[in-house]
Amino acid sequence: MLEIKHIYKTFNPGTVNEKRALSNLGLSLDSGDFVTVIGGNGAGKSTMLNLIAGVYACDNVAGSSIVLDGTDVTKEPEYRRARFMGRVFQDPMRGTAAGMEIQENLAMAYRRGKRRGLRWGITRQEKEIFHEKLKVLGLGLENRMSSKVGLLSGGQRQALTLLMATLRKPKLLLLDEHTAALDPKTAKNILSLTHEIVTRDSLTALMVTHNMRDAIRYGNRLIMMNEGSIIFDVSGEEKKKLAVEDLLKKFEEASGAELANDRMLLA
Amino acid sequence: MSFLLTMGNAAAQGVLWSIMTLGVYLTFRLLNFADMTVDGSFATGGAVAAVAVNGGMNPLLALLLSLLAGIACGAVTGFLNTKLKIPALLAGILTMIALYSINIRILGGPNVSLVNVRTVFSAVPGSPMGSTFLVGALTAALMVALMYWFFGTEVGSSIRATGDNEYMVRAFGVNTNTMVMIGLMISNGLVALSGGLIAENQGYGDANMGIGTIVIGLASLIIGEVLFGNRFNFVYKLCSVIVGSILYRMIIGFVLFLGLESSDLKLLTAIVVAVALSVPVIVKKFPGKAAAVNTVEKSEDAGADASK
Repeated sequence: MLEIKHIYKTFNPGTVNEKRALSNLGLSLDSGDFVTVIGGNGAGKSTMLNLIAGVYACDNVAGSSIVLDGTDVTKEPEYRRARFMGRVFQDPMRGTAAGMEIQENLAMAYRRGKRRGLRWGITRQEKEIFHEKLKVLGLGLENRMSSKVGLLSGGQRQALTLLMATLRKPKLLLLDEHTAALDPKTAKNILSLTHEIVTRDSLTALMVTHNMRDAIRYGNRLIMMNEGSIIFDVSGEEKKKLAVEDLLKKFEEASGAELANDRMLLA
Repeated sequence: MSFLLTMGNAAAQGVLWSIMTLGVYLTFRLLNFADMTVDGSFATGGAVAAVAVNGGMNPLLALLLSLLAGIACGAVTGFLNTKLKIPALLAGILTMIALYSINIRILGGPNVSLVNVRTVFSAVPGSPMGSTFLVGALTAALMVALMYWFFGTEVGSSIRATGDNEYMVRAFGVNTNTMVMIGLMISNGLVALSGGLIAENQGYGDANMGIGTIVIGLASLIIGEVLFGNRFNFVYKLCSVIVGSILYRMIIGFVLFLGLESSDLKLLTAIVVAVALSVPVIVKKFPGKAAAVNTVEKSEDAGADASK
């Protein structure tokens, strides 16, 4: 499904702020994989997702490539790659247009990967579809379809973004710490909603998280990143048996440093 | 001149200027792009129409030519911003200043007078004020209808969404650069059309006629918003732009009637914009009142813009 080979990313090359975010990264996902991604701050988790999404291009190194379902997207701009991908961001403000109605936002999402022309931006038939889809969220948003998204809470916006990202079944769902900005209870709800949607539609997904328990609980595969590479990759039964202590130990083994990140320990 | 006639003429002028304000509304409010091209493209529209009409062209066709010239101006700013990555404000200013030279080239001098030629206004029977009103109202109604339609379409929605949250729009497969480009082209097309109408109406095209256009546009926009509030749908918003433009001209007409020089107008316009923009700050200084106003607005309409 997704094939990443020899990816490098250096920010601010040639300056004092030069930072190598990814170093010879390789990753291969099978169709239907739900992969959780953990790692310390600056490990390159978000950078990896942004490179897959095309927010920025990877370093021009011979042999580096990003292939999605047989299509080489390495050189494609972000908006072109969007036909394959659904994305949910850490910042709830980022995934929706605050000044537009809930149904207008959904209509934008409904046209992901489609040609946009001079047809009407939202049809009556689509409104019915959106109504049904919103009902599933159980937040009562189906009765407020013409409300501006800016009036929704962070959790509601994130639920809506999740719905929008999966409205047209994506080949790959990218979740970049999409519950990190929410309170614990809301975060839990959004996570179980994520699990529900990913399982129901058998999506291939990459989910970055800071919470090791969540990383173990959800998905069928877990990867740990450090300094721009993958240092631990576990799946299937082995992953199910993991405990938080195992992950901490693994990290120390692989990196020779302690995964002393308050945010991760407290989470 | 009687007071009523002054006001009537001012209002009629306002309708012609409102087409320009629609363009400013598009970039500043829908696209969230502070486009300074306007000062140049307004004069370009005027210059093109004046020269074309003087050359014997059909006055309606001359206006179409103004519109096209404006679209080209917008494309230049769009190119500077989206392809060459020059910041929005500077991209607009560069085009504006370049257009000053180009406009003089088009005019073949600092200005061109229309003497004894047919204009869209002379083609309409009746008083000058009546024909100005009629032509202006027809054009404005047509433009409002076109804008209402266009911004309801898939492309139009994408332009609005680009102005709201470009990250989101890109994530859903829209080329935001193209949307900025289209928005700037339509906006400057409207502005130049307005310039063309003004040139035909006042009987001359002038390289300096565009100076301060952007500020006039903003003043009109803000007057409309203050009066109409922010809780109406798109058609009302477009109409508020038109009404704001008319009121702006009437305020100016009133002040002139009181005996101010027309050269004082730029100062006056700047003051109007500065005062209107500072209203939120002044309201904040009196938190009791502001809170009361806010709750009333919220309870009146749950769909009001949250950023307000």
